[in-house]
Amino acid sequence: MKIKSNLAVSDSGFIFNPSNGDSFSTNTVGADIILLLKSGKSFEEIKKEIGNKYEVDDILFEKDFHDFVSQLQDYYLVSND
Amino acid sequence: MTNQSTKRKLTVAVTGLNAVDSPGPGVAVIRGIRDCEDFDVRIIGLSYESLEPGIYMEGIADKVYQIPYPAAGSESLLGRIEYIHAIEKIDVIIPNFDAELHNFIKISDRLKAMGIGTFLPSLEQFEARDKINLFKFGEKHDLLVPRDKTIYDLSELPQVAKDFGYPIVVKGKYYEATIAYTLEQAQKAFHKLNAKWGLPIIVQEFITGTEVNVAALGDGEGNTISAVPMRKLFITDKGKAWAGITIEENKLIDLSKKFISATKWRGGFEIEIMLTQDGKPYIMEVNPRFPAWIYLTVGAGQNQPASLVKMALGQKLEPFTSYEVGKLFIRYAWDLITDVSEFQKISAFGEL
Repeated sequence: MKIKSNLAVSDSGFIFNPSNGDSFSTNTVGADIILLLKSGKSFEEIKKEIGNKYEVDDILFEKDFHDFVSQLQDYYLVSND
Repeated sequence: MTNQSTKRKLTVAVTGLNAVDSPGPGVAVIRGIRDCEDFDVRIIGLSYESLEPGIYMEGIADKVYQIPYPAAGSESLLGRIEYIHAIEKIDVIIPNFDAELHNFIKISDRLKAMGIGTFLPSLEQFEARDKINLFKFGEKHDLLVPRDKTIYDLSELPQVAKDFGYPIVVKGKYYEATIAYTLEQAQKAFHKLNAKWGLPIIVQEFITGTEVNVAALGDGEGNTISAVPMRKLFITDKGKAWAGITIEENKLIDLSKKFISATKWRGGFEIEIMLTQDGKPYIMEVNPRFPAWIYLTVGAGQNQPASLVKMALGQKLEPFTSYEVGKLFIRYAWDLITDVSEFQKISAFGEL
């Protein structure tokens, strides 16, 4: 899965999809995950980086991560390439 | 020592000063032209009604003249322009209403002979993109257009609705459209649109998706000088964009280029597109003039109104190559205070 390469994500968690003008807000963890996905990191790498930065349980992270990614897909923020 | 401006002095006449809730593009076109640093411009507003806000707005028109309604015909329009031209020495006229374009196109050669430039499509181009002909046009040029049927009688409605399935879009000849979910709603829309705009009525297949628009400018030789796509962010109950944002979508630019290349479109226009969830761009309508949100193209770095003025003066322009994505416009309502004496001048003498 790849995040759209032209997606703009600010430090405050504001997301702008230039392809259709949609905008969203996420928290800083969400913004970090999107930026890590954009840079091509795998799930394991993201889990490690988020775990280093925030206090999070592995099982809970995995569940929340997949929920979050599914939301990104629902909002067409994932590239089909 | 005097500081003499080297800018070209120009007099540009512009229609569409009705900056109301279903706005004409005139005020936005004028702002674009005034923003261009290449001109020292005098703007002549051409109005139809005495309460068009652009007549009274500060810094928009330097002088306003009323012109006859399109129904009065092209000779009547020409006579009025001859009168105005004798006083103002107009260099370029930019008409901005669908309903007046036919007359302006008809007299464009005579305007040229008078020294007045226009940059308008031909009558053929104008009619090809008409709502009534759009589906055939799409088929001919391999462009996606929803199926439609032009009807002249209410009795034709049930069969068309059956063929397309509900909901259907019932559209007026020039403006306005209603989404109808039942035959009763469709009949009501038919009567309302017939009373307002006359026959025929266009019934169109309903396409769901994201509504996006492109404002574009063709040079008349098949080249796209400018194309800026915009997503509506806030839509009024009349379906007009009250806020919008420039977007980056090559499909929309390519579609505009294809349209211009196929038609050799001369002048400004707007394509209304429904982008389906699977990414197919359906052309819903092609408006043969600038849209009311045209000032966003100026904000995004492609000043289409000023470019059109240059082309009307005979200049060859290089196409714009980029624009800023994520530029927003947000329209607002503003109570302008003026005196009855101003209203009286335009109402009684047709000039202000």
